[in-house]
Amino acid sequence: MRTCGATPGGPSLDGIDITTQSVIQGAVLSASANDGVPNGSAITNAHVRLLDSSGEFTAEVPTNQEGQFRFFTAPGAWTLVVLAPGARKEMQVVATKGVPLDLVIELS
Amino acid sequence: MSRETSLVTADWVAQNLNNPKVVLVEVDEDTTLYDQGHIEGAITFHWRNDLQDGLIRDLISKEKFEALLSKSGISNDTTVILYGGNNNWFATYAFWYFKVYGHADVRLLDGGRKRWELDARPFVTAVPTRTASRYVAKERDNSIRAFRDEVIAAIGKVNIVDVRSPQEFSGELAAPAHLPQEGGQIKGHIPTAKNIPWSKAANEDGTFKSEAELTALYQGAGVDLAKDTIAYCRIGERSAFSWFVLHELLGVNNVKNYDGSWTEYGSLVGVPVALGA
Repeated sequence: MRTCGATPGGPSLDGIDITTQSVIQGAVLSASANDGVPNGSAITNAHVRLLDSSGEFTAEVPTNQEGQFRFFTAPGAWTLVVLAPGARKEMQVVATKGVPLDLVIELS
Repeated sequence: MSRETSLVTADWVAQNLNNPKVVLVEVDEDTTLYDQGHIEGAITFHWRNDLQDGLIRDLISKEKFEALLSKSGISNDTTVILYGGNNNWFATYAFWYFKVYGHADVRLLDGGRKRWELDARPFVTAVPTRTASRYVAKERDNSIRAFRDEVIAAIGKVNIVDVRSPQEFSGELAAPAHLPQEGGQIKGHIPTAKNIPWSKAANEDGTFKSEAELTALYQGAGVDLAKDTIAYCRIGERSAFSWFVLHELLGVNNVKNYDGSWTEYGSLVGVPVALGA
């Protein structure tokens, strides 16, 4: 369970030279109370798929024990598809070199 | 070689968890997954520590393969069921590996870990204890394995299928997008290769598409399956997936996996390279 005060999002970027990478990362959480703070439980058995701008599959990772995932992409527009038991969510994102995109994705 | 002899469903696995003739082996790209949870009774092979020579870049020797399987309690008449994460990438690599060493009955769990997880089927953390066996492997079957010089000679003559993502094929990325961007010394692809990403053969849940869809995929891309075919990717595991599709599901005999793949070819001096789609 994530608690108020913690910073939700993807894994630590320590040790990664982000100036040379376009990172899309985040955490997949169960939907939480509408209190403005993402604090749902980490979904540890989700699979996050990365599709390119033409909808072509590019990569996929399972979420870790914190519900986190990460992609190293080329800069530009991408689609994320999150699959979990009984749930599917699709979202459009843009990756930028040197500025990691850190997401909190809630599944209901 | 058919879906019936090479694939099993999650239901089949669930019904055979206690079948003494069956051994489940998990092979993952992310080698931490097994410890987090695995199908009851499954053992694991580490794709690098167990399946790479370690000193030279090659498969482990016949003697080491025999020792690995003997230690794991796998006999020559065992039905080995492989499965893993990331759409069975490394599990299909292990499948190809078992075929190189001539194992009689090896099959893949269709959809691997993902299908099992999306079905909300249980994982356990208990590691089984298996009684050692005496496994005897066959000599390597190189009719399903391509080497560097053969690949260079194949340019423009036989089917070369690059199963990486379009971005890796074009030279935009050096590695799959979930990995740091490192690979061969240069980016691009082998000239005359057709880019048919492995993922086009799989459904969203990781299971394989139907034989009719798979045949249409390759024929639609202009691959004449009557000719010899070499599949490659970055390090030979995604191409093992496509090799599985062609060799096992579609029953095409003359297909080889180039496990040296782009990390070897893209580091060779003086060989031709192409860029773009």
